Amino acid sequence: MIYEGKKRIWSEFQKEIPDDGYFYARSCIRQNFNPGAEQAFLDIVRNRFGKDFYENPLHTTCGGIAYHSDTTPEETSMTIIARQFSLMQEAGYENFVVSCVTSFGLHTEILQTWEEFPEVEAKIHQMLWDACRREFVKPRFLVHASDIMFKYRYLVSENAVRPLINIKTGKPLRVVEHIGCHYSKMFPSKSVGGAEYPYVLSGLVEALGGEIVDYPERRHCCGFGFRQYLVRANRGYSLSNTYKKFESMQPFMPDMIITNCPGCNYFLDRWQYVIAETTGKTYGDTPGYGIPVLSYEEVAALVLGYDPWDIGLQMHQVAVEPLLDKMGVEYDRAAKYRGKGGKDLGKPESPVNIKCY
Amino acid sequence: MENLKKNIIIIGGGPGGMEAASCLNTIGYTVFLVEKGPVLGGHLAKWDRLFPEGNEAAPLIEKMRSRMEGVKWFVNTEVLSVNRLGSKYTVILSNGLTINADALLIATGFSLFPAEKKEEYGYGIYDRVITSADLERMFREGMPEGLVPKKIGFVHCVGSRDEKAGNRYCSKVCCATSVKQACEIKAMFPDADVFCFYMDLRMFGRGYEDMYLEAQKDYGVFFVRGRVSEVAEKKDGRLLVKAEDTLAGKPLRITLDLLVLLSGMVRNTSASAITKMLSLSVREDGFFKTSDMIYNDQRSAQDGIFYAGACTGPKTLPETLADARAAALEADFYLRQDD
Repeated sequence: MIYEGKKRIWSEFQKEIPDDGYFYARSCIRQNFNPGAEQAFLDIVRNRFGKDFYENPLHTTCGGIAYHSDTTPEETSMTIIARQFSLMQEAGYENFVVSCVTSFGLHTEILQTWEEFPEVEAKIHQMLWDACRREFVKPRFLVHASDIMFKYRYLVSENAVRPLINIKTGKPLRVVEHIGCHYSKMFPSKSVGGAEYPYVLSGLVEALGGEIVDYPERRHCCGFGFRQYLVRANRGYSLSNTYKKFESMQPFMPDMIITNCPGCNYFLDRWQYVIAETTGKTYGDTPGYGIPVLSYEEVAALVLGYDPWDIGLQMHQVAVEPLLDKMGVEYDRAAKYRGKGGKDLGKPESPVNIKCY
Repeated sequence: MENLKKNIIIIGGGPGGMEAASCLNTIGYTVFLVEKGPVLGGHLAKWDRLFPEGNEAAPLIEKMRSRMEGVKWFVNTEVLSVNRLGSKYTVILSNGLTINADALLIATGFSLFPAEKKEEYGYGIYDRVITSADLERMFREGMPEGLVPKKIGFVHCVGSRDEKAGNRYCSKVCCATSVKQACEIKAMFPDADVFCFYMDLRMFGRGYEDMYLEAQKDYGVFFVRGRVSEVAEKKDGRLLVKAEDTLAGKPLRITLDLLVLLSGMVRNTSASAITKMLSLSVREDGFFKTSDMIYNDQRSAQDGIFYAGACTGPKTLPETLADARAAALEADFYLRQDD
């Protein structure tokens, strides 16, 4: 592996990421799967770094899942997204940051379509006006939330309480980075690092002290693939894709997986449970557990010293405790399933082959 | 023979420039050959053997050089400026020489497509991904110590016939080069399995088809019709290659010890300066545009400026040599008419 070769490619795929002043668009599925992740993101950027990230409760889903499963036409997504831009403009912002990778891909695709087909944009202006009497201006900068964390990576590392180092061995944690397909595979030039060797998460992990694992199926889809999963008959295909990735990464014994896509995070996490329960096999270096799957802001929050249960890590299927132990994170084992104000959330039933606590 | 006291400057010291130089010199012109690099021979000087018969490249260059007696040639020299005065060109060279030329012959050749641009193949990132030019160097200088590949792949059309790479055209030499190299490496490592991944095999030249059949029958090279989609490195350093076998209609995954990328031809980027100085026209693909592609394929649109070889588009070596001789004759016709 020639690291300099990667650096050369990374230098060709740079994007301008404004430092401050964003309209934040949440992800519809992340709020259900890992609600603590977005909260951690906003807390880090606002309260730790003092940045201006605005969110408006009136914003909606972007319609990406419906679009990618062929249940709504593109014009519907365009009009929904035009409405988000309208909310952004109304609030006085020019920069738009998207929490979800598929949503980021859809926003990018739509802006590019409007660029190349101005008549389509004109049509959407009219459709938005007809639907809700709103007007919109396109954002000056569109970024994904992982771009932001990449931008702030040195701020995170300067304030690191627990870098990505194994406290027992003193060596960097081995991290698999998984980039959502819709982040850069459609528009490599709109990403940090391009499509083949994306740098957005690698750069973050490196800055935080970890070491990236470059395994053969690194580029492969997580297995979600929308219709692979949404159509029940195809779910075996979804699972087989994920299985292929785990088999490929296992020889490298990764300590964790970091993702920037809610779908990837969910499937790489939950399918480990299915694989374990159907085959008895678990991955990673801790028998009976799996490889913890975290998002970029969850990783940043852990490094910055947040309590793992405050940022919602108990919502992951694969137990994060082995990772916390490696990092030297102190945590209250008994508090894992307590909600806000100490409310007992109930303990999930433990699977047979993969421990979740 | 007043004509024969005239000066001609040839820009580019590859096989095209060398052959044109020896032809014009033989006719009797005063020929100056300017080469930017340190040696004459261009890409040929970096090659080991040539298809279809396996001739060695080095003796050929020597032979061409021996026919250049009387040609004034300069290496490590660039054209700094060109001014046209009437029908003559005043050319200032970086070695301090100023020459009044009656004609210019451009033979700047081509550059190899930078294989690292096809990021999915991992050239410059994975140690065991090399180009056809790298393999020729290994043939000449010896294979790296300890390298005993058991499975070797060749990828055709790297940067050719590829809209995403910005090159729609065929580079013409890659198919035959791949087959030649596949046979050579198989001869070197008889126990190895050798695979060629191709779109379609363009074995158009005399002897090429025989070479292809020989590769299959005598060397046992496997030909897979399909493009490689991506390359990754395994823990042991070997390469996991994904491709499609379009004849079987199936995706294919294979672990290889060595992958050779057949880099295509692109316009010579270092010819940009001369293009600008002389306001020469180029085609959409970046190669020089000739007056017409049938009858005046060695003439530029400007009087007294001629082209030879792959600077006007991909050519095999015999085509380059024939083109260079044609360019020399065209220049001769022009200079005789000039009086």
